Amino acid sequence: MTAPEVIDCRGQRCPLPVITLARRLPELPVGALVRVLADDPAAAVDLPAWCRLRGQEFVGRVDGPDGPGFDVRRRR
Amino acid sequence: MNASPVYLDAASAAPLHPVARQALLAALDDGWADPQRLYAPARRARQLLDAAREAAAATLGVRPDELSFTPSGTAAAHSAVLGGLAGRRRAGSGLVHSAIEHSAVLHAAERHVAGGGTATSVPVNRVGRIDLDAWSTAVGAPGTALAALIAASHEVGTVQPVAAAGAVCAAAGVPLYVDAAQVVGHAPVPAGWSVLTASAHKWGGPPGVGLLVVRKGTRWESPWPMDEREAGRTPGVVNLPAVVAAAASLRAVAADAAARSARLARLVDRIRARVATEVPDVEVVGDPEDRLPHLVTFSCLYVDGEALLHALDRRGFAVSSGSSCTSSTLRPSHVLAAMGVLSHGNVRVSLHRDTTEAEVERFLTELPGIVGALRAEAGVVGL
Repeated sequence: MTAPEVIDCRGQRCPLPVITLARRLPELPVGALVRVLADDPAAAVDLPAWCRLRGQEFVGRVDGPDGPGFDVRRRR
Repeated sequence: MNASPVYLDAASAAPLHPVARQALLAALDDGWADPQRLYAPARRARQLLDAAREAAAATLGVRPDELSFTPSGTAAAHSAVLGGLAGRRRAGSGLVHSAIEHSAVLHAAERHVAGGGTATSVPVNRVGRIDLDAWSTAVGAPGTALAALIAASHEVGTVQPVAAAGAVCAAAGVPLYVDAAQVVGHAPVPAGWSVLTASAHKWGGPPGVGLLVVRKGTRWESPWPMDEREAGRTPGVVNLPAVVAAAASLRAVAADAAARSARLARLVDRIRARVATEVPDVEVVGDPEDRLPHLVTFSCLYVDGEALLHALDRRGFAVSSGSSCTSSTLRPSHVLAAMGVLSHGNVRVSLHRDTTEAEVERFLTELPGIVGALRAEAGVVGL
Protein backbone atom coordinates (compact mmCIF):
# COMPACT_ATOMS: atom_id res chain seq x y z
CA MET A 1 0.00 0.00 0.00
CA THR A 2 1.39 3.40 -0.91
CA ALA A 3 1.60 6.11 1.72
CA PRO A 4 -1.12 8.74 1.48
CA GLU A 5 -0.33 12.15 0.04
CA VAL A 6 0.27 14.56 2.89
CA ILE A 7 -1.27 18.02 2.86
CA ASP A 8 0.45 20.12 5.48
CA CYS A 9 -2.02 22.63 6.96
CA ARG A 10 -0.23 23.06 10.25
CA GLY A 11 -0.39 26.63 11.46
CA GLN A 12 -3.50 27.32 9.37
CA ARG A 13 -6.63 28.52 11.11
CA CYS A 14 -10.01 27.09 10.18
CA PRO A 15 -11.53 27.17 7.60
CA LEU A 16 -8.20 27.13 5.70
CA PRO A 17 -7.44 23.38 6.16
CA VAL A 18 -10.90 22.53 4.81
CA ILE A 19 -10.39 24.87 1.86
CA THR A 20 -6.98 23.38 1.11
CA LEU A 21 -8.47 19.88 1.13
CA ALA A 22 -11.40 20.96 -1.04
CA ARG A 23 -8.94 22.36 -3.62
CA ARG A 24 -6.64 19.35 -3.68
CA LEU A 25 -8.97 16.36 -3.50
CA PRO A 26 -10.65 16.81 -6.93
CA GLU A 27 -7.18 16.80 -8.55
CA LEU A 28 -6.58 13.25 -7.31
CA PRO A 29 -8.14 10.05 -8.70
CA VAL A 30 -11.26 8.58 -7.10
CA GLY A 31 -10.10 6.18 -4.37
CA ALA A 32 -7.01 8.26 -3.52
CA LEU A 33 -6.17 8.74 0.14
CA VAL A 34 -4.80 11.98 1.57
CA ARG A 35 -3.64 12.87 5.05
CA VAL A 36 -4.35 16.44 6.19
CA LEU A 37 -1.98 17.60 8.92
CA ALA A 38 -3.80 20.31 10.86
CA ASP A 39 -3.25 21.57 14.38
CA ASP A 40 -6.17 23.99 14.55
CA PRO A 41 -8.65 22.45 17.01
CA ALA A 42 -11.58 23.14 14.66
CA ALA A 43 -10.07 20.86 11.98
CA ALA A 44 -11.03 17.77 14.00
CA VAL A 45 -14.67 18.87 13.73
CA ASP A 46 -14.71 20.47 10.31
CA LEU A 47 -12.79 17.94 8.20
CA PRO A 48 -15.21 15.06 9.02
CA ALA A 49 -18.18 17.44 8.60
CA TRP A 50 -16.89 18.53 5.18
CA CYS A 51 -16.52 14.88 4.10
CA ARG A 52 -20.13 14.22 5.14
CA LEU A 53 -21.43 17.29 3.29
CA ARG A 54 -19.41 16.50 0.15
CA GLY A 55 -19.95 12.74 0.07
CA GLN A 56 -16.26 11.97 0.67
CA GLU A 57 -14.97 9.38 3.11
CA PHE A 58 -13.45 10.45 6.40
CA VAL A 59 -11.19 7.51 7.20
CA GLY A 60 -9.99 8.61 10.63
CA ARG A 61 -7.64 10.60 12.76
CA VAL A 62 -3.99 9.66 13.26
CA ASP A 63 -1.93 11.30 15.97
CA GLY A 64 1.72 10.99 14.98
CA PRO A 65 4.99 12.83 15.49
CA ASP A 66 3.79 15.50 13.04
CA GLY A 67 0.74 16.25 15.20
CA PRO A 68 -2.87 15.43 14.37
CA GLY A 69 -3.47 13.98 10.91
CA PHE A 70 -6.85 13.40 9.26
CA ASP A 71 -7.16 10.76 6.55
CA VAL A 72 -9.67 11.36 3.77
CA ARG A 73 -10.46 9.19 0.74
CA ARG A 74 -11.90 10.61 -2.47
CA ARG A 75 -15.17 8.75 -3.18
CA ARG A 76 -16.68 10.77 -6.02
CA MET B 1 -22.77 52.44 6.10
CA ASN B 2 -25.90 53.72 7.73
CA ALA B 3 -27.72 50.42 8.11
CA SER B 4 -30.18 50.55 10.97
CA PRO B 5 -29.28 48.20 13.82
CA VAL B 6 -30.98 44.79 13.97
CA TYR B 7 -30.34 42.98 17.23
CA LEU B 8 -30.47 39.20 16.77
CA ASP B 9 -28.57 37.92 19.80
CA ALA B 10 -31.30 37.59 22.44
CA ALA B 11 -29.82 34.26 23.60
CA SER B 12 -26.79 36.20 24.88
CA ALA B 13 -28.83 39.03 26.37
CA ALA B 14 -32.40 40.04 25.55
CA PRO B 15 -33.12 43.79 25.40
CA LEU B 16 -34.43 45.11 28.72
CA HIS B 17 -38.20 44.60 28.94
CA PRO B 18 -40.09 47.88 29.57
CA VAL B 19 -41.61 46.37 32.72
CA ALA B 20 -38.08 45.58 33.97
CA ARG B 21 -36.96 49.13 33.34
CA GLN B 22 -39.96 50.58 35.14
CA ALA B 23 -39.56 48.23 38.13
CA LEU B 24 -35.82 48.83 38.27
CA LEU B 25 -36.20 52.60 38.44
CA ALA B 26 -38.90 52.36 41.12
CA ALA B 27 -36.86 49.91 43.20
CA LEU B 28 -33.74 52.09 42.99
CA ASP B 29 -35.70 54.67 44.98
CA ASP B 30 -37.50 52.23 47.22
CA GLY B 31 -35.31 49.15 47.61
CA TRP B 32 -31.78 50.27 48.44
CA ALA B 33 -31.74 49.31 52.14
CA ASP B 34 -30.48 45.99 53.51
CA PRO B 35 -33.56 43.73 53.78
CA GLN B 36 -32.08 41.99 56.85
CA ARG B 37 -32.21 45.06 59.10
CA LEU B 38 -34.93 46.16 61.50
CA TYR B 39 -36.02 49.64 60.54
CA ALA B 40 -38.57 51.09 58.17
CA PRO B 41 -36.50 51.33 54.91
CA ALA B 42 -35.20 47.79 55.54
CA ARG B 43 -38.71 46.49 56.08
CA ARG B 44 -39.72 48.09 52.78
CA ALA B 45 -36.77 46.40 51.07
CA ARG B 46 -37.75 43.07 52.68
CA GLN B 47 -41.30 43.45 51.37
CA LEU B 48 -39.98 44.06 47.85
CA LEU B 49 -37.69 41.04 48.06
CA ASP B 50 -40.44 38.78 49.40
CA ALA B 51 -42.86 39.97 46.70
CA ALA B 52 -40.23 39.39 43.99
CA ARG B 53 -39.59 35.87 45.26
CA GLU B 54 -43.31 35.07 45.42
CA ALA B 55 -43.87 36.40 41.90
CA ALA B 56 -40.94 34.47 40.41
CA ALA B 57 -41.90 31.29 42.26
CA ALA B 58 -45.54 31.56 41.17
CA THR B 59 -44.47 32.05 37.54
CA LEU B 60 -42.28 28.95 37.67
CA GLY B 61 -44.83 26.94 39.69
CA VAL B 62 -42.53 26.37 42.68
CA ARG B 63 -42.63 27.32 46.37
CA PRO B 64 -41.10 30.68 47.30
CA ASP B 65 -38.78 29.04 49.86
CA GLU B 66 -37.39 26.81 47.10
CA LEU B 67 -36.17 29.80 45.07
CA SER B 68 -33.04 31.88 45.65
CA PHE B 69 -31.76 34.86 43.69
CA THR B 70 -28.08 34.63 42.72
CA PRO B 71 -25.63 37.23 41.35
CA SER B 72 -25.84 35.69 37.83
CA GLY B 73 -27.05 32.70 35.87
CA THR B 74 -23.46 31.42 35.94
CA ALA B 75 -23.32 31.63 39.74
CA ALA B 76 -26.64 29.75 39.87
CA ALA B 77 -25.28 27.01 37.58
CA HIS B 78 -22.08 26.68 39.62
CA SER B 79 -24.16 26.46 42.81
CA ALA B 80 -26.50 23.88 41.30
CA VAL B 81 -23.68 21.57 40.21
CA LEU B 82 -21.31 21.92 43.15
CA GLY B 83 -24.12 22.06 45.75
CA GLY B 84 -25.89 19.07 44.23
CA LEU B 85 -22.65 17.08 44.41
CA ALA B 86 -21.83 18.27 47.95
CA GLY B 87 -25.26 17.27 49.21
CA ARG B 88 -24.88 13.77 47.82
CA ARG B 89 -21.26 13.05 48.70
CA ARG B 90 -22.29 10.02 50.76
CA ALA B 91 -23.89 8.49 47.66
CA GLY B 92 -20.75 9.00 45.57
CA SER B 93 -18.79 11.54 43.58
CA GLY B 94 -20.04 10.88 40.06
CA LEU B 95 -21.47 13.68 37.94
CA VAL B 96 -23.31 12.85 34.72
CA HIS B 97 -23.91 15.63 32.21
CA SER B 98 -24.74 16.00 28.53
CA ALA B 99 -21.93 16.87 26.13
CA ILE B 100 -23.73 20.10 25.26
CA GLU B 101 -24.16 21.75 28.67
CA HIS B 102 -23.43 25.45 29.02
CA SER B 103 -19.75 26.18 29.73
CA ALA B 104 -20.74 27.31 33.28
CA VAL B 105 -21.86 23.74 34.02
CA LEU B 106 -18.80 22.22 32.33
CA HIS B 107 -16.44 24.51 34.25
CA ALA B 108 -18.10 23.49 37.52
CA ALA B 109 -17.66 19.87 36.41
CA GLU B 110 -13.94 20.54 35.79
CA ARG B 111 -13.65 21.92 39.33
CA HIS B 112 -15.35 18.79 40.66
CA VAL B 113 -12.96 16.52 38.73
CA ALA B 114 -9.93 18.55 39.86
CA GLY B 115 -11.10 17.89 43.42
CA GLY B 116 -11.06 14.13 42.89
CA GLY B 117 -14.61 13.55 41.58
CA THR B 118 -15.59 12.04 38.26
CA ALA B 119 -17.67 13.40 35.39
CA THR B 120 -19.30 11.42 32.58
CA SER B 121 -20.28 13.24 29.41
CA VAL B 122 -23.29 11.78 27.58
CA PRO B 123 -23.11 12.15 23.78
CA VAL B 124 -25.69 13.76 21.52
CA ASN B 125 -26.81 12.89 18.01
CA ARG B 126 -26.42 15.00 14.83
CA VAL B 127 -29.33 17.31 15.79
CA GLY B 128 -27.97 17.76 19.31
CA ARG B 129 -30.28 15.53 21.36
CA ILE B 130 -28.87 13.29 24.09
CA ASP B 131 -28.68 9.55 23.66
CA LEU B 132 -31.17 8.34 26.29
CA ASP B 133 -29.65 4.84 26.43
CA ALA B 134 -26.22 6.28 27.17
CA TRP B 135 -27.84 8.63 29.69
CA SER B 136 -29.53 5.69 31.47
CA THR B 137 -26.30 3.72 31.61
CA ALA B 138 -24.35 6.67 33.00
CA VAL B 139 -27.00 7.66 35.56
CA GLY B 140 -27.40 4.05 36.70
CA ALA B 141 -23.67 3.56 37.30
CA PRO B 142 -22.67 3.07 40.95
CA GLY B 143 -21.65 6.28 42.72
CA THR B 144 -23.61 8.71 40.55
CA ALA B 145 -24.41 11.69 42.77
CA LEU B 146 -25.97 14.18 40.34
CA ALA B 147 -27.08 14.43 36.72
CA ALA B 148 -27.15 17.71 34.75
CA LEU B 149 -29.14 18.31 31.57
CA ILE B 150 -29.72 21.59 29.75
CA ALA B 151 -33.45 22.01 28.99
CA ALA B 152 -32.72 23.18 25.45
CA SER B 153 -29.43 23.92 23.76
CA HIS B 154 -28.37 27.55 24.01
CA GLU B 155 -26.36 27.15 20.83
CA VAL B 156 -28.58 25.18 18.46
CA GLY B 157 -32.00 25.28 20.13
CA THR B 158 -32.67 21.54 20.28
CA VAL B 159 -35.04 20.69 23.15
CA GLN B 160 -33.82 17.86 25.36
CA PRO B 161 -36.01 14.97 26.58
CA VAL B 162 -36.02 16.29 30.17
CA ALA B 163 -39.07 14.35 31.34
CA ALA B 164 -37.65 11.03 30.11
CA ALA B 165 -34.18 11.83 31.46
CA GLY B 166 -35.79 12.83 34.77
CA ALA B 167 -37.71 9.55 34.96
CA VAL B 168 -34.42 7.68 34.54
CA CYS B 169 -32.91 9.76 37.35
CA ALA B 170 -35.92 9.24 39.63
CA ALA B 171 -35.74 5.47 39.13
CA ALA B 172 -32.02 5.53 40.03
CA GLY B 173 -32.53 7.91 42.97
CA VAL B 174 -30.27 10.53 41.39
CA PRO B 175 -31.32 14.20 41.52
CA LEU B 176 -31.56 15.96 38.14
CA TYR B 177 -30.31 19.51 37.67
CA VAL B 178 -31.84 21.33 34.68
CA ASP B 179 -30.28 24.49 33.23
CA ALA B 180 -33.39 26.27 31.94
CA ALA B 181 -31.73 29.55 30.98
CA GLN B 182 -33.02 29.50 27.38
CA VAL B 183 -36.45 28.13 28.26
CA VAL B 184 -37.72 30.30 31.12
CA GLY B 185 -39.81 33.09 29.61
CA HIS B 186 -39.94 31.39 26.19
CA ALA B 187 -41.49 27.95 26.70
CA PRO B 188 -43.03 25.91 29.53
CA VAL B 189 -40.48 24.62 32.03
CA PRO B 190 -40.31 20.83 31.76
CA ALA B 191 -41.09 18.56 34.74
CA GLY B 192 -38.86 15.99 36.39
CA TRP B 193 -36.06 18.08 37.91
CA SER B 194 -34.80 18.56 41.47
CA VAL B 195 -32.63 21.64 40.89
CA LEU B 196 -33.25 24.31 38.25
CA THR B 197 -31.45 27.49 37.24
CA ALA B 198 -32.23 30.45 34.97
CA SER B 199 -30.82 33.86 34.11
CA ALA B 200 -32.82 37.11 34.06
CA HIS B 201 -31.10 38.82 31.13
CA LYS B 202 -32.15 35.95 28.86
CA TRP B 203 -35.83 36.85 29.29
CA GLY B 204 -35.57 40.64 29.30
CA GLY B 205 -34.66 41.22 32.93
CA PRO B 206 -31.48 43.07 33.89
CA PRO B 207 -28.07 41.33 33.86
CA GLY B 208 -26.72 40.18 37.21
CA VAL B 209 -29.68 38.14 38.44
CA GLY B 210 -29.85 34.36 38.38
CA LEU B 211 -32.44 31.96 39.76
CA LEU B 212 -31.55 28.86 41.72
CA VAL B 213 -34.47 26.59 42.60
CA VAL B 214 -33.90 23.61 44.90
CA ARG B 215 -36.95 21.40 45.32
CA LYS B 216 -37.99 20.42 48.85
CA GLY B 217 -36.43 17.13 49.87
CA THR B 218 -33.46 17.45 47.51
CA ARG B 219 -30.09 16.73 49.09
CA TRP B 220 -28.30 19.95 48.23
CA GLU B 221 -25.66 21.68 50.31
CA SER B 222 -24.23 25.12 49.62
CA PRO B 223 -20.70 24.85 48.20
CA TRP B 224 -19.91 28.40 49.38
CA PRO B 225 -18.79 29.75 52.76
CA MET B 226 -21.73 30.10 55.13
CA ASP B 227 -24.05 33.06 54.65
CA GLU B 228 -27.57 33.38 55.96
CA ARG B 229 -29.03 35.21 52.97
CA GLU B 230 -31.18 33.56 50.31
CA ALA B 231 -31.90 30.52 52.50
CA GLY B 232 -28.16 29.95 52.82
CA ARG B 233 -27.88 28.93 49.17
CA THR B 234 -25.85 31.84 47.79
CA PRO B 235 -23.69 34.33 49.68
CA GLY B 236 -23.96 38.11 49.68
CA VAL B 237 -26.68 40.70 49.67
CA VAL B 238 -28.82 40.55 46.52
CA ASN B 239 -29.00 43.40 44.01
CA LEU B 240 -32.55 44.14 45.09
CA PRO B 241 -33.55 46.64 42.38
CA ALA B 242 -32.36 44.20 39.71
CA VAL B 243 -34.12 41.30 41.46
CA VAL B 244 -37.38 43.27 41.57
CA ALA B 245 -37.01 44.09 37.86
CA ALA B 246 -36.19 40.47 37.04
CA ALA B 247 -39.29 39.14 38.82
CA ALA B 248 -41.61 41.77 37.35
CA SER B 249 -40.36 41.16 33.81
CA LEU B 250 -40.55 37.38 34.24
CA ARG B 251 -44.21 37.66 35.14
CA ALA B 252 -44.78 39.95 32.14
CA VAL B 253 -42.99 37.74 29.59
CA ALA B 254 -44.62 34.58 30.94
CA ALA B 255 -48.08 36.14 30.55
CA ASP B 256 -47.78 36.43 26.76
CA ALA B 257 -45.12 33.75 26.14
CA ALA B 258 -47.37 31.45 24.10
CA ALA B 259 -48.35 34.09 21.54
CA ARG B 260 -44.86 35.62 21.33
CA SER B 261 -43.16 32.24 20.98
CA ALA B 262 -45.58 31.18 18.25
CA ARG B 263 -44.76 34.35 16.30
CA LEU B 264 -40.99 33.95 16.78
CA ALA B 265 -41.16 30.23 15.90
CA ARG B 266 -42.73 31.13 12.54
CA LEU B 267 -39.94 33.63 11.89
CA VAL B 268 -37.34 30.99 12.80
CA ASP B 269 -39.05 28.56 10.40
CA ARG B 270 -38.71 31.17 7.70
CA ILE B 271 -35.01 31.72 8.48
CA ARG B 272 -34.33 27.97 8.47
CA ALA B 273 -36.04 27.48 5.11
CA ARG B 274 -34.69 30.56 3.35
CA VAL B 275 -31.09 30.24 4.55
CA ALA B 276 -31.03 26.60 3.43
CA THR B 277 -32.30 27.45 -0.06
CA GLU B 278 -30.80 30.89 -0.70
CA VAL B 279 -27.28 30.55 0.72
CA PRO B 280 -25.26 27.89 -1.15
CA ASP B 281 -23.31 25.33 0.90
CA VAL B 282 -24.85 26.09 4.25
CA GLU B 283 -25.70 23.64 7.01
CA VAL B 284 -28.68 24.65 9.18
CA VAL B 285 -28.18 22.73 12.41
CA GLY B 286 -30.32 21.62 15.36
CA ASP B 287 -33.70 19.90 15.39
CA PRO B 288 -36.06 21.62 12.89
CA GLU B 289 -39.18 20.77 14.93
CA ASP B 290 -38.48 20.06 18.58
CA ARG B 291 -36.55 23.24 19.28
CA LEU B 292 -36.60 26.59 21.06
CA PRO B 293 -39.00 29.04 19.43
CA HIS B 294 -36.55 31.92 19.11
CA LEU B 295 -33.18 30.51 18.09
CA VAL B 296 -31.58 29.16 14.90
CA THR B 297 -27.98 28.27 14.03
CA PHE B 298 -26.28 27.63 10.68
CA SER B 299 -22.75 27.24 9.34
CA CYS B 300 -21.48 28.54 6.00
CA LEU B 301 -18.88 26.33 4.33
CA TYR B 302 -15.45 27.92 3.69
CA VAL B 303 -16.38 31.17 5.46
CA ASP B 304 -14.38 32.56 8.36
CA GLY B 305 -16.78 33.03 11.28
CA GLU B 306 -15.11 36.16 12.59
CA ALA B 307 -15.11 37.79 9.15
CA LEU B 308 -18.80 36.91 8.79
CA LEU B 309 -19.68 38.45 12.17
CA HIS B 310 -17.82 41.65 11.28
CA ALA B 311 -19.45 41.82 7.84
CA LEU B 312 -22.89 41.38 9.40
CA ASP B 313 -22.05 43.97 12.06
CA ARG B 314 -21.12 46.48 9.35
CA ARG B 315 -24.63 46.01 7.93
CA GLY B 316 -26.11 46.53 11.41
CA PHE B 317 -26.80 42.87 12.30
CA ALA B 318 -25.82 41.68 15.78
CA VAL B 319 -25.48 37.87 15.94
CA SER B 320 -23.20 35.45 17.75
CA SER B 321 -21.10 32.52 16.58
CA GLY B 322 -19.74 29.19 17.80
CA SER B 323 -16.76 29.32 15.43
CA SER B 324 -13.34 28.98 17.03
CA CYS B 325 -12.01 32.25 15.61
CA THR B 326 -14.75 34.13 17.49
CA SER B 327 -13.96 32.57 20.89
CA SER B 328 -11.32 33.75 23.31
CA THR B 329 -9.91 30.21 23.54
CA LEU B 330 -9.75 29.79 19.72
CA ARG B 331 -11.53 26.47 20.12
CA PRO B 332 -14.70 25.58 18.23
CA SER B 333 -17.98 25.37 20.14
CA HIS B 334 -18.11 22.14 22.15
CA VAL B 335 -21.78 21.89 21.20
CA LEU B 336 -21.15 21.93 17.44
CA ALA B 337 -18.21 19.53 17.96
CA ALA B 338 -20.37 17.10 19.97
CA MET B 339 -22.97 17.14 17.18
CA GLY B 340 -20.35 16.60 14.49
CA VAL B 341 -21.51 19.57 12.43
CA LEU B 342 -19.50 22.23 10.65
CA SER B 343 -18.10 24.71 13.16
CA HIS B 344 -16.61 27.38 10.91
CA GLY B 345 -18.69 30.14 9.34
CA ASN B 346 -21.17 29.65 12.17
CA VAL B 347 -23.95 32.10 12.99
CA ARG B 348 -26.49 31.92 15.80
CA VAL B 349 -29.56 34.09 15.32
CA SER B 350 -31.83 34.55 18.34
CA LEU B 351 -35.00 36.63 18.30
CA HIS B 352 -36.78 38.61 21.01
CA ARG B 353 -40.14 40.27 21.62
CA ASP B 354 -39.25 43.36 19.57
CA THR B 355 -37.91 41.47 16.55
CA THR B 356 -40.03 42.39 13.53
CA GLU B 357 -40.79 40.49 10.35
CA ALA B 358 -39.20 43.37 8.41
CA GLU B 359 -35.94 42.95 10.33
CA VAL B 360 -35.86 39.22 9.61
CA GLU B 361 -36.62 39.91 5.94
CA ARG B 362 -33.78 42.40 5.72
CA PHE B 363 -31.41 39.87 7.26
CA LEU B 364 -32.53 37.18 4.83
CA THR B 365 -32.25 39.53 1.87
CA GLU B 366 -28.73 40.69 2.72
CA LEU B 367 -27.19 37.44 4.01
CA PRO B 368 -26.64 35.65 0.66
CA GLY B 369 -24.76 38.65 -0.73
CA ILE B 370 -22.63 39.03 2.41
CA VAL B 371 -21.67 35.33 2.41
CA GLY B 372 -21.09 35.43 -1.36
CA ALA B 373 -18.79 38.45 -1.09
CA LEU B 374 -16.71 36.81 1.65
CA ARG B 375 -16.38 33.64 -0.44
CA ALA B 376 -15.37 35.65 -3.51
CA GLU B 377 -12.77 37.51 -1.46
CA ALA B 378 -11.34 34.21 -0.16
CA GLY B 379 -11.36 32.65 -3.64
CA VAL B 380 -13.51 29.70 -2.58
CA VAL B 381 -16.51 30.14 -4.90
CA GLY B 382 -17.38 26.87 -6.65
CA LEU B 383 -15.16 24.71 -4.44
